[in-house]
Amino acid sequence: MARVRVLVRPKEGILDPQGQAVEQALPALGFSGVRNVHIGRLIELDVEDEAQVPEMCEKLLANTLIEDFEVVRA
Amino acid sequence: MTTFGVIRFPGSCDEVDALHAARRVGDAKLLWHKDRDLHGVDAVIVPGGFSYGDYLRVGAIARFSPVMESVAEFARAGGLVLGICNGFQVLCEAGLLPGALLPNLERRFICRQLGIEVVSNDTAWTSACTPGDVLSIPVKHTSGRYYVPEDQLADLNVVFRYAHDGNPNGSTNDIAGVANADGNVVGLMPHPEHAVDPLTGSTDGLRLFESAVRERVPA
Repeated sequence: MARVRVLVRPKEGILDPQGQAVEQALPALGFSGVRNVHIGRLIELDVEDEAQVPEMCEKLLANTLIEDFEVVRA
Repeated sequence: MTTFGVIRFPGSCDEVDALHAARRVGDAKLLWHKDRDLHGVDAVIVPGGFSYGDYLRVGAIARFSPVMESVAEFARAGGLVLGICNGFQVLCEAGLLPGALLPNLERRFICRQLGIEVVSNDTAWTSACTPGDVLSIPVKHTSGRYYVPEDQLADLNVVFRYAHDGNPNGSTNDIAGVANADGNVVGLMPHPEHAVDPLTGSTDGLRLFESAVRERVPA
């Protein structure tokens, strides 16, 4: 089995209100110099056939109309 | 008599109101999410709620339920399908309607009565309306921000818009509901099934159900 991580992010250009909220909250806590905060999802899975993961992403794990995904070997 | 089938997923919460609404104009029965058989209904309603807990993404898991395979076939054959709120999200995830629903711009659950303008009456679910009509119907959702890529906007079959600059969620072009190209499949975020009784302030939602009944008059 291979341990795989799928990172799912909002597509560029799509407004990400969660990311904006966090970006605005950080300066309030005294952290300055933070930009481009985006919030997505991390999906971890053990798979027998790693080659199938991109298709899993296309069909279920991500909605490619609004999200980009990246498959990372853990 | 037109028979509506209302799907019940684990986590649905508006299926009973949808049944009551449909029964004001026809007959209606529940369809179970694990049942592939649509039991001969004339029209299918995919109701609001939190199907499968809205895990992963709103509507993402419900789309793969056994009943949705039959609904997709039914829709492709010209069958009448209405997706309300979570049902709209499911139909988008299933590819039966274009676009996707994103979290509201203000990051909050919204629940209020709104005016929605009928943009097109050339669909199975709005044929009893006139373009420009403003229907008083409630919205209640957290992920209602309709999105389609800009290059698909020109071909989009927009059915409803939020009226009076009342866009509550940041939807592209104030879009509250869309149809497929043939107009037999419609999805909207507002809840027509909650606006069918004078007791709750508006009966405007009935127009959608009446439209479906008109469509089903045998040739």
